[in-house]
Amino acid sequence: MSEIRLQLDLARNIFNLKVDLHLPAQGISVIYGLSGSGKTTLLRCVAGLETHARGLVQVGSDIWQHDSAGVYLPTFKRPLGFVFQEASLFVHLDVADNLSYGLRRGHAHNQKIVLDEAIALLGIGDLLQRRTDQLSGGERQRVAIARALATQPKLLLLDEPLASLDSARKQDILPWLEKLRDELKIPMLYVTHAADEVVRLADTLVVMESGQVRVVGPVTEVLSSIDLPLVVGDDVGALIEGYVHALDKPWHLAQINLSESASGMSDDRSLAFASLWVRDNGLQVGQSVRLRVLARDVSITLEQAQNTSIQNHLPCVVESIHAESHPSQVLLRLRCGEVFLLARVTARGAHGLGLQVGMKAWAQVKSAALVK
Amino acid sequence: MHLTSEDLSAILLTLELAGVTTVLLLLLATPIAWWLAHTRSGWRAPVAAIVALPLVLPPTVLGFYLLIALGPHGSVGQFTQWAGWGSLAFSFSGLVLGSMIYSLPFAVQPLVNAFEAMGSRPMEVAATLRANKLDAFFTVAIPLAKPGFVMAAMLSFAHTVGEFGVVLMIGGNIPDKTRVVSTQIYGHVEAMEYAQAHGLAGAMLLFAFVVLLIISWANRRRTQTAT
Repeated sequence: MSEIRLQLDLARNIFNLKVDLHLPAQGISVIYGLSGSGKTTLLRCVAGLETHARGLVQVGSDIWQHDSAGVYLPTFKRPLGFVFQEASLFVHLDVADNLSYGLRRGHAHNQKIVLDEAIALLGIGDLLQRRTDQLSGGERQRVAIARALATQPKLLLLDEPLASLDSARKQDILPWLEKLRDELKIPMLYVTHAADEVVRLADTLVVMESGQVRVVGPVTEVLSSIDLPLVVGDDVGALIEGYVHALDKPWHLAQINLSESASGMSDDRSLAFASLWVRDNGLQVGQSVRLRVLARDVSITLEQAQNTSIQNHLPCVVESIHAESHPSQVLLRLRCGEVFLLARVTARGAHGLGLQVGMKAWAQVKSAALVK
Repeated sequence: MHLTSEDLSAILLTLELAGVTTVLLLLLATPIAWWLAHTRSGWRAPVAAIVALPLVLPPTVLGFYLLIALGPHGSVGQFTQWAGWGSLAFSFSGLVLGSMIYSLPFAVQPLVNAFEAMGSRPMEVAATLRANKLDAFFTVAIPLAKPGFVMAAMLSFAHTVGEFGVVLMIGGNIPDKTRVVSTQIYGHVEAMEYAQAHGLAGAMLLFAFVVLLIISWANRRRTQTAT
């Protein structure tokens, strides 16, 4: 599988950026971190906008920068698309001319088709004759994304594209980004500090801290890791992928099987148990979904609890037990079939149940949020 | 209002001088302004000070140095004679050169302001859309700085029309060659021809007022569209 190789060094006043990354050349790699952690600087280095950065930038077989071999492509020669945080449309051009600016300078043979696809993909056909100051914030970002796509990039770089939008506009544009991920073959590097964007969009998660990569890996693995419990949003919690197995129409519930895909369905009885009931917001059977289960919403019983209002009980094995920052709490990593959950329980409770690594137990999931 | 043919010729010469000066000055001021707006070099402050000198110096000082430089023994004069162009002193070309130096800050400053207000982002965006620097400069920076160019052109033109000291020092007030409106008015007053001085002075007053009015309107429209 081809990959994106980033090995970069840049001295800055506040921090030194120093990364060495191998990312899959497909899907969305979300670069997450607090402001000042260097995530935007990293993206600008990949684009060649930080001309003092030294190292290696390779996308698939294309080398954009390899300083020890004397290779350095200036930004305009790198086949990338860049979507900036704030509206960056050219105000002296209307929407159509903004879109064709990069298109005319790219190397597409079939410019008309490329442009029409980008317009259709982002639903901006009605906006073409508008001036840029007649667009809403969300429309501007959609035009900016389409403009970047029209250059037929081999890598799409997005620098907090939703940060300047209010929550409602953000919900407007997230589905378009998911559509990009699902329909385009272009890998994306997506910088954000918003938890909801991480759990919804990321395939690979890169966590940055003071200019360095703290952890990198598939998002479900990184979020359910217990060695470096990562608070994304309110709390630590696992992100689980699954698909809709069945619907309980009268009670408006959907049963989610916790496995990579419907094709991965197993006859194994123990795996068939690994499913969760969640609120049905108009789901279709077979649809793939993502669930976020926060550690504070998971508790442990040794026997399958009867007489409880909690609907979700998963048989699991205790993988590891970790001390929490407050001595009254412990964090557990549980393996339920193919997936992992995190559970936060009181240390006294864990002691009372005699919980140990390798023990079989039942995870009670009080709430699971559908994030996709 | 009665204008003599000499008055008319002075008016035409003034417009020609201001027009040529403005065009050449914009060509000269654009790279200087771009450099001033973007450089982090230690030379920025000295260069900015040199560009602003004509704002502070009396025109006669400027004219005096120019006269020395352009004259047959001056450095520029020796070069122009060597090149076979003769002396620029007391010629239209000399006036253009003097006017360009005299009006330089009025062309450079609005452009610096426009380039600085634009910031580096539009040029970065253009680079991510496959435009090289020169391409981006002409297709993005110049259109975005258009109000700055309009302002620079109007100020340069008006300021050249209004100059007197430099013209008198290096022009010599030769009819049809270097006699512009301001020196013509001076001549009328010296000769006690107050009626003719009134005519030309009134025309200048009206011109200056209209230019300032247009600039003021343009500025207001710009701030309105910006908000």
